[in-house]
Parts: sequence; structure tokens; C-alpha cells
Amino acid sequence: MALVLTEEQSMLRDSARGLISDKAPVSHLRHLRDSKDPTGFSKELWHSFAEMGFAGLLVPEEFGGSGLGFMEAGVVMEEIGRTLMPSPFLATSVVAASALNRGGNAAQKSEFLPKISNGSLLATLAIDEGAKHRPLQTSLQAVRAGNGFKLSGAKALVVDGHVSDLLIVAARTSGSAGEREGLTLFLVNPKAKGITVERTIMVDAHNAARIEFANVEVNADSVLGEVDQAANLLDGVLDIGRGAVAAEMVGLSDEVFNRTVEYLKNRKQFGKLIGEFQALQHRAAELYVDIEITRAATMKALQALDTDVAKAASAVAVAKARAGTTATRAVQEGVQMHGGMGMTDQFDIGFFMKRARVCEELFGDANYHTEQLARARGY
Amino acid sequence: MSDTETAELETFRNETRVWLEANCPPEMRKPATSDGDVFWGGRNAKFSSEPQRIWFERMRDKGWTVPDWPKEYGGGGLSAAEHKVLRAEMARMGARPPLSSFGIWMLGPALLKYGNEAQKKEHLPKIAAGLIRWCQGYSEPNAGSDLASLQTRAESDGDDFVITGSKIWTSYANYADWIFCLVRTDPAAKKHDGISFILFDMTSKGVTTKPILLISGYSPFCETFFDGVRVPKSHVVGTVNRGWDVAKYLLQHERAMISGMGERGVGRPLGQIAADSVGSDAQGKLDDSMLRGRIATFDVDEAALAACAERAVDLAKAGQAHPAFSSAMKYYGTELNKRRYEILMSAGGVDALEWESERSKQGARPRAWLRTKANSIEGGTTEVMLGIVAKRILDLPGA
Repeated sequence: MALVLTEEQSMLRDSARGLISDKAPVSHLRHLRDSKDPTGFSKELWHSFAEMGFAGLLVPEEFGGSGLGFMEAGVVMEEIGRTLMPSPFLATSVVAASALNRGGNAAQKSEFLPKISNGSLLATLAIDEGAKHRPLQTSLQAVRAGNGFKLSGAKALVVDGHVSDLLIVAARTSGSAGEREGLTLFLVNPKAKGITVERTIMVDAHNAARIEFANVEVNADSVLGEVDQAANLLDGVLDIGRGAVAAEMVGLSDEVFNRTVEYLKNRKQFGKLIGEFQALQHRAAELYVDIEITRAATMKALQALDTDVAKAASAVAVAKARAGTTATRAVQEGVQMHGGMGMTDQFDIGFFMKRARVCEELFGDANYHTEQLARARGY
Repeated sequence: MSDTETAELETFRNETRVWLEANCPPEMRKPATSDGDVFWGGRNAKFSSEPQRIWFERMRDKGWTVPDWPKEYGGGGLSAAEHKVLRAEMARMGARPPLSSFGIWMLGPALLKYGNEAQKKEHLPKIAAGLIRWCQGYSEPNAGSDLASLQTRAESDGDDFVITGSKIWTSYANYADWIFCLVRTDPAAKKHDGISFILFDMTSKGVTTKPILLISGYSPFCETFFDGVRVPKSHVVGTVNRGWDVAKYLLQHERAMISGMGERGVGRPLGQIAADSVGSDAQGKLDDSMLRGRIATFDVDEAALAACAERAVDLAKAGQAHPAFSSAMKYYGTELNKRRYEILMSAGGVDALEWESERSKQGARPRAWLRTKANSIEGGTTEVMLGIVAKRILDLPGA
């Protein structure tokens, strides 16, 4: 399969870009931030997403979705990255929908997937506990109690945590932190007794929460997949999230880069356009090449998630590692080349820098994924 | 792609796999480790082994030394999609290219685009069959990065041009049978407008070559001198004084070739090579955590570049490629290859310092390390490549 967008994918990109650039330019994020919007995203826009088939993009058609693949999800994520639009798309439509679709039984799928598709249900995966993404270090305890379990512990960086209707919680039912065995995923109602949700206002003004679980009772039906055996399911779902975030970072990097090159063509100092200076030309050219290579690696990863499961993990590690270093470079060069303007809040470039920093931590940073590749290659 | 096309391509893949399995000698299924492992063809060509000869002849007879050239010129007539399949199948079994040649990588594509029918009929089949070995007369002592300022003169004399001047960094000029050469046919014109692209026999009267000893201890490059060399005007490719168009087109292919020179995905992974010399801990991790990190970062970048190379081919097929993108790939590929060899030297430690011993295969690693330093100079320096990207792709202002 070729690493270029098909005609259908190009059309999808155009319609996503049309909607997002029209309804949610960077000023949309700025407004949500400045008005301290309690939901942190636009519900109206989310309904438009659902109407266009984006909310259920990955959901099979039998559950009301579009039944498309990860390449298509990446196309939408890249457009979201261009304007930094706060959207439930990542947490609900990509990560949670994939977890439910892959791990859910018939009853769970038919209960939740149609609601994701029509935009009426928001869901999210609660995985991280410490400062860094370490899925196997999960230590939130799920102890058997009667016919179900009791959950105790805390989660951090739960994307859309304060607005979600459904939490998919990674917990430890046996073994100890660091082991693959003993992980279980639970479907939890955030309104359940014992749950405290604290919205965390983040540097990027996107939604996240810390969530505490104090003896939260869940019944046996709320287990997603198999007890103690969630590691493989979790690996797959996290890789999907990583591929999607990498695509967002490609969009973000590309947009910062385009804005920066535009600036180089317009800003004059010493009587000439600063884009005439070779020092800046070469740095811009290096950044361009970096972005193109990362774009290709990200497409390769999304394609592998769709068609070549055996190679997906390594391809995703490469893509997320590259996306992290590339986006970091892009936003730093963006600010530097914009000079003092880049440091002002009034100017948009800073928003990109802030979002890139959060994306870098989301589902593992460049170091984490570089380490994964080294382990996979046995050295 | 329609279902029929997909099915046909799968049939081609199966047939190709069967044929390669039956015809590629086992000795030809491992990476070339020395210059002798590479077959360059030419009038004085010698095979270094019987399997090398067999593999070359079988591939030649199928037209697969140049799989995507038209059959009438000795090629295999494969479509772009079939060619990709063949490359993938050869890579899968680790099959070596049967023939290496500047004729294949550089001159051929330029002749296919700019050559007249007589020139194509004369030269392409001989390239495909490995009968003529070509060298490239581009750089001059005073025309390196600023190639268009070249001064080698070609003066009109009846039906001939008479060529006088000198070239430098001519790869393997001392082994080459013919040269494709840039010469100045109009000294009064602006520098890009007075250049012609011409072909001639290296045994012509007035041609001499002198190998240049490099820091690697090898002499892959020569100085080449022309003293009144007489060449028929019919040997000019394209239009007289429009040679720069041909030169630029050919350079794109040269850059694509050089960017692909790194041994991507071939042979043993760097991490394992390093483990041999620095050792591993109880968990199997390299016993040098900083080196391990460098290797892993390299592996990430290498895998990403491979995806980009694949995408570049796909974009070209789809008619969406930027013509200057080969400059981007050339820059990154060569810098990456230099990084690879810095890591190999670091991993090898003291063992990688031996220059003249059986144990070190006559210093194979340090010599190869030094050789890679030319990657970001030859075919256009990294700085020239970045300048091309800045101006032609990013459209930044200035000279």
C-alpha cells in the first residue's frame, strides 16, 4: 500500500480541514481558555463532528459508525493539530472507541459504541499514575469484593476526565507494579460513589483531570476484556492513541513551520527579508526535512496499525519518538525565528509550543519510545 | 488500484519470488562487504567469483539489471509497481544488486529523458548488459559546489568539438570506458547557459587519469585531464548550450543514489554489532548506556528515513513529488550514514583503530568510516542541498 493519501482520504482531509479551520481556528482555543469555559470544548462543534461521521469514524458500521481505519483517524488528527482544536476526538473516538471495539463483549459494544458514534457519549482511558507514562507500573488496586471489585488509587492526565461519561480504568487485579500479568481494564461510571474528579488546568489549555478512586464498587460486568490479561489489549489501544497523537503532532509541526516560513518571507531587518539570511534558510530547510521524515514515519505507523499488526508496535514507537523530537524542534524554532513576537501571548505561536509539550508526554515521550525500540531490537 | 491489477501484481510477486529463489545463488544473498563483492561491468570487468557471474548473467538475461527500463533498450519493462515488488522481494532475501553502475543510476535516466533515438540505441543496451563502464566528468578544481562555473572548453571544429581542461573527483575514472562530461561550449554566455553535456570514449587521444589518494587510503577518485580530445558533435546529449538541464536532471538521480547508499536494514543491526565489543548486562542491555541511547536514536531516525524513502517513491508514482525532494533525502541520508559510522567506530573502540591487519580485514571499518565523510560532500554538499531545499521547496528569498 502506498504511503500517499487515497482520493477518499484526501476528500476526508479537505472536509475536516474545512470544518476545523472555519469553526475552530486557534482563536477558538484562545476563547475557551480566556473565558474559563467549564467544558473546555465546544459541544456544538462536537455535534457537527458526529454529523459528519467523525465521532464514530473508527466504530464499525453495525454500531452506527463509519467503519474507517487508523489512516483516516490520523488524517483528522493532523487537521486538529493544525488549529489546536480542543476536541473529544482523541480520547473518545480514537482511544476509548478502540478499547471498546477490541476488548468489549457484545453487550458492552452495543451499549456504548452507538452513543460514541452519535456524539452523545464521551469516554476516556485512565492510565497514567506517575509523572511519566509507564503503563506496566499501574498500581491502582482492584480487589475482588462480592460479585465485583473495589477500586482504590489515583490517575493523572486523564484526557477529558472531567467531562467524560465513561472511564476506562487500568487497574491491577494481581501481581505488582512492572508486571504484564495482573492488569485489568474496567468500565466505570465517573458518577460512582468514591470517585473524585479534579479538572487540571494544563499549560496547553486542553482538557485533563486527576481522578481519585476510594473503594469504588464496580460489578463483574464492568470488566473490559479479561481479568488479569489486559496487557495485550492495552498495548494495542495505547499504540492506536500514540499513532493518533503522532499525527496531531505532524499537523501541529507543519502549521508552526508554515507560519514561520511565512514570517521569514515578510519580516525585514538590516534592510532585507530575514528569509534571505543563510543561517535561517538552512535551519528552515533542516526543519522541513525533519517534518517530512516524521510525516512518512507516522503514515507508516498508521498504515501498520491498519494492515500489519506484527510490525505496528515498532512502527508506532518510531513515529511517536520522531513526532516528539520534531514537534519540539518545530515549536522552538517557531518561537525563536519569530523573535520577540513569538514570546507574546497575543501571538499564536506560543499555543503550539504548549500543546506540543503536552503531546510529547501523552502516551510516552521520545525517550520512552526510543527505549521501546531498543528493547524490541534486543540490545 | 483495481482488483484485477492487485491480483496481477500478486501473481507477479509470487512468480518473482519463485524465480529469485531458484536463480539467486546463496553466496549472493548476503551483503557485499568489500569492493570486490561489487560487480561494475565494463570492457575489463572481471568476476570475483562464479556465483557473481551466474547471478549477473541470469539477471541480465531477464533485463533485471535495469528492471524498469524499456525492453527495447535492454531493460525489463517493469511498471513502477512491479519494480517496487521486485525490489521488495530482493530485499527480503538479501539479494545483492547484480550490477552496479553509474550508467544505470545516472546516465541511463538522463539519456531516457534527453537522448535522441540513436544515442539511446547505442548506449542503453550496453549499460544494461554491463559492457561499458561509465564515469562522470562534473567537478573541476575551481568548480565544486559552484559547479556551473566549470571551465573545461569544447571548441567547435567542423563536425567535432575539441575538448581541453581537467576534471576532479571523477569516480573510478581509471576503470571507466566512457565518460559523460560537462563542457563549456559558449564562454560568452551566462554561466548556466553555455554548458553542454557530451559523451566520449576514455581511450580517446588526449585523455589521462591520475588517482587521488584519500584519507581512507583508497583512491576511488581521479583527476582527469583532457588535452585536445576530439569528439563528434553527435555525442552531445540534448541541445548544445542547454547541458545544464541534463546535468541537473542527472544530479537528482545521483542524489537519490547517494541518499540510498547507507546500508539501511541490511546486515546485522548496530545494537548487536556493538554488543559484540562492549558487552551486555544481565538483562541483555548494552553495557554502555550512552552508546545504547545513541544507537536507539539512530535506529528511530533510520527507520523513519526508510519510510520517507518509500513515500518519496510513492509520491513520484502518484505524480505528487517535488522535483527537488531528492536534495532533502540526499542531505538527511548522508548525514545519517556518517552518524552510523561514528557509532560503529565508538562501538568498536580499540578494535576499530587497526589499519593494517588480517584481523581487521585491512582496517575495513576505519577506512569505511573515513569514506563516509565524503557522502555529504559528493554530489552536492549538505550546505548546497539545504540551500536548494530553502529556495526551491520553501521558496525563501535571495540569490
